[in-house]
Amino acid sequence: MPRQITLKDHFFESRLVMNRAVILLIIAGILLTVLLARLLFLQVVEHEHFTTLSEDNRVKLQAIPPNRGLIYDRNGILLAENLPSYRLEITPEQIDDMGGTLGALEDIIEIRDIDRSRFEKLLKRKPRFEAIPLRFHLSDEEVARFSVNRHRFPGVDITAGLARHYPLGTLGVHALGYVGRIDEQALKVVDSSNYRGTSHIGKIGIEKTYESVLHGKVGLQHVETTAQGRVIRVLDRTPPVSGRNLYLTIDSRVQAATEAAFTDLTGSAIAIDPNNGDILAFVSAPTYEPNAFVNGIEFDDYAALRDNKKQPLFNRALRGQYPPGSTIKPFVGLAGLEEGITTSHSSTYCPGFYSLPGNTRKYRDWKRTGHGTVNLNRSIQQSCDVYFYDLALSLGIDRIHGYLRHFGFGKSSGIDILGELPGLLPSREWKRARHDQPWFPGETLITGIGQGFFLVTPIQLAVATAALANGGRLLQPNIVHAEQEANSDDLLPHRPRTVDTITINAQEHWDHVIESMVDVVHSTRGTARRIGEDSPYRIAGKTGTAQVFGLKQEEKYDAEAIPEELRDHALFVAFAPVEDPQIAVAVIVENGGGGGSVAAPIARKILDAYLVGESPVVEEPVDEATGGEPQ
Amino acid sequence: MSSVLSSHREDASRAGWQYRLHLDAPLLFALIAASGLGLIVLYSAGGGDMALVERQLVRLGLAFTGMLVVAQLSPYVLLRLTPWLFVVGVVFLVAVLVGGESSGGAQRWLNLYIVRFQPSEMMKLAVPMMVAWYLADTRLPPNGWQLLASATLIAVPMLMIAKQPDLGTALLIASAGFFVVFLAGLQWRLLAFFSVLLAAAAPVLWHFMHDYQRQRVITFLSPESDPLGSGYHVIQSKIAIGSGGLLGKGWMNGTQSQLDFLPERSTDFIFAVLGEEFGFLGILTLFALYTIIVVRGIMISIQAQDTYTRLLAGSLSMTFCVYFVVNTGMVTGLLPVVGLPLPIISYGGTSIVTLMAGFGILMSIQTHRKLLPT
Repeated sequence: MPRQITLKDHFFESRLVMNRAVILLIIAGILLTVLLARLLFLQVVEHEHFTTLSEDNRVKLQAIPPNRGLIYDRNGILLAENLPSYRLEITPEQIDDMGGTLGALEDIIEIRDIDRSRFEKLLKRKPRFEAIPLRFHLSDEEVARFSVNRHRFPGVDITAGLARHYPLGTLGVHALGYVGRIDEQALKVVDSSNYRGTSHIGKIGIEKTYESVLHGKVGLQHVETTAQGRVIRVLDRTPPVSGRNLYLTIDSRVQAATEAAFTDLTGSAIAIDPNNGDILAFVSAPTYEPNAFVNGIEFDDYAALRDNKKQPLFNRALRGQYPPGSTIKPFVGLAGLEEGITTSHSSTYCPGFYSLPGNTRKYRDWKRTGHGTVNLNRSIQQSCDVYFYDLALSLGIDRIHGYLRHFGFGKSSGIDILGELPGLLPSREWKRARHDQPWFPGETLITGIGQGFFLVTPIQLAVATAALANGGRLLQPNIVHAEQEANSDDLLPHRPRTVDTITINAQEHWDHVIESMVDVVHSTRGTARRIGEDSPYRIAGKTGTAQVFGLKQEEKYDAEAIPEELRDHALFVAFAPVEDPQIAVAVIVENGGGGGSVAAPIARKILDAYLVGESPVVEEPVDEATGGEPQ
Repeated sequence: MSSVLSSHREDASRAGWQYRLHLDAPLLFALIAASGLGLIVLYSAGGGDMALVERQLVRLGLAFTGMLVVAQLSPYVLLRLTPWLFVVGVVFLVAVLVGGESSGGAQRWLNLYIVRFQPSEMMKLAVPMMVAWYLADTRLPPNGWQLLASATLIAVPMLMIAKQPDLGTALLIASAGFFVVFLAGLQWRLLAFFSVLLAAAAPVLWHFMHDYQRQRVITFLSPESDPLGSGYHVIQSKIAIGSGGLLGKGWMNGTQSQLDFLPERSTDFIFAVLGEEFGFLGILTLFALYTIIVVRGIMISIQAQDTYTRLLAGSLSMTFCVYFVVNTGMVTGLLPVVGLPLPIISYGGTSIVTLMAGFGILMSIQTHRKLLPT
């Protein structure tokens, strides 16, 4: 050994090292003791605490959303269904480069800006290891394309679910409404625990009104999951309860015929069964596509709808408030008879205008030359204004208001669609409260022909017409005919409700008014005679033309000369068959012109669709001279 | 001389095969038992992946073979090799810093075309050997200059490794070197002085740390401050161990381990799998085996016949002790997370080869005693 020999005390050195080795052994012992103490603390003292934490890790409570109830029309035609739908979900924890992944996904799947912004919003406030949806409603093609490329996208997955779909598209959209993705505002209104797992909620229409019936009850299950949230097995399960199916009173045949009858006109039509208040058709034209709203409408598309001059999103049937015009005349006439102010024989001379005693202001008749000597029948048939100015003045606003209230004017009809407006039946009290002014006699005159402050909704007009047809029963219109539990064939019907029963003083008064309305359609001088000529059943109707634009004293109404949005609204109310009324309708065409020429033909098509089952009326050009009937 | 030889022959006849094969039975038993336990735990940690176990088995076979080979070398040969080993190691470390291969953000690998290896692993043995070689020639306890020289021998490779950065290995190398000096009789007052110095240097150390190293320290001080980030590991491993209880949830039944809640569960955090599935009892078993190894190693040190082997054996044994204490301490939340595997049990790494080579040295020291001139 080539080592330098130094003076080393080997005995001392070996004792030294040995002592130090023993000290190290003691140190090792202390370290081990500390560790064991730590493990005893974790595994014995705190065992239960960590067991709880471990269970919390492992077991998750999952909500199972219930299937939303389906919606059928009265004949069992499907209006709203749930279709299998695929959505693309991303588990961010499994993605290293989110931007790159999204970019690559964009090549095979369409990702709109709205998808991306929603995704980023969700990304900020989601629990660890939870997948968040990027796209809904993938097309079959997109599903296929992604499946082929799946290996390129760890952490991205397609999951199947059910999504609301309206197979008939725009048909009845204003009644049906639509569902949309739940936002935080919507969650505040509903019981949020019942909506765990639910992605959509009724936003408008029946979908919103009957949300609690359609939604059902959430199911729950405890599942064992991996850290990535993958379900290993279900530990226990409370199944969800599906929402109830709804059978509407709507007849989609009639609904479709009505919508078609509007062509590109703007307005509204309601068809109602006067025997029970069933809404047969609920139309607000133009319509829009509800399926576009289910998963979030693109901003541009929404802007196009919102800024459309015809306002397709506006529910005219429920919220459109129009002056009733001459359609109010049968009701005022009936008030005159029943209140004993006039008789069927009394007549008035119509010179073409009317003036209050001691006043030079002329209240004009729509017919400048006047109707000559007219009784109630002739006045309804030809829509003489002067007769009704006189009658209204004799009745006075209090009696007009008191009588018309029973027909449901001025208050909500109570239809089971949220958002209804009440219209306006003016009265002395109302004017005092609203305008702080006394009631003027001139205002009584124009109220008598359905102008001035008077506003009605299409629903109110239809319900009032139905009350005329059924002998004085004011019905609460209903649009849901029955509910049905899922997995059951039994229907749970909604009972018709009578809101008010109008006292009949003399049946002949009613008969006389109705007979006059029949003459509107079926007599040679009736304002709606064109729709009566070839009708296989007898119709009682009344035209109306409501002024949008106030004419000056000596000004002449010229449809061509004024802008379209200021032209008169065309109205028509009717019921048929007269002998045994099955259907009552109210039609309003905004800025359409004459009630007899524009609104009445639409009404005829509705009646035909329901009573005959087809539309036999041949289209012919509208004759302005005979059809026009401005008041 | 002859009487001495004959007494050794008696020893040899008492455990003949151990001397012929240069193996130490208690060490060998504990190592094999620990390896077996490790494979069982690894099978579960890998989710029942037999291929993983097979790869580990191959590695263990290689490591045990290496141990066997090293055990055949006499401590004399080791002594002669020591300076060369150290110098070559330092050269390699420089080479790594200049042109090493990166993996996972750290530059640790040196590609020698034939084998790709980590010189830092080699230094785990070379540093204690070198310091022991140096101090064995001096009068013990070492004086100030000798301490300074020893400190240099330790600090140069340690700093180079810390720079790669590989804090865990640097720590092991530092403690290996320190234990040699301590065994050589480092004065208590100097020890106290250096401890104070180290504490004072902590802020300086902080300054030189990488961000992720600082993060580990912060996380250690308060793991709940970042439960989804770097604190997640320790929170989940504590849950795993704590929920294991006395007897554990059963092999392959640990929910933390099997359902992916426990990260790095076949490597650095495999101890938590053991704790969850086999409970406190399983941990006691492993600790018993570790204790046998450490105690046996220190006994070998005490029985060794010259200063070099005494210092080396003691240092290697205590380094092993530090090794598993640091790992289990970090998994149980007692120490900050440093990237150190659980010796013998954790999957992978060249570290198992170095570790076993170290045990080969211990066995060599134990079984070559009588042949050594003193």
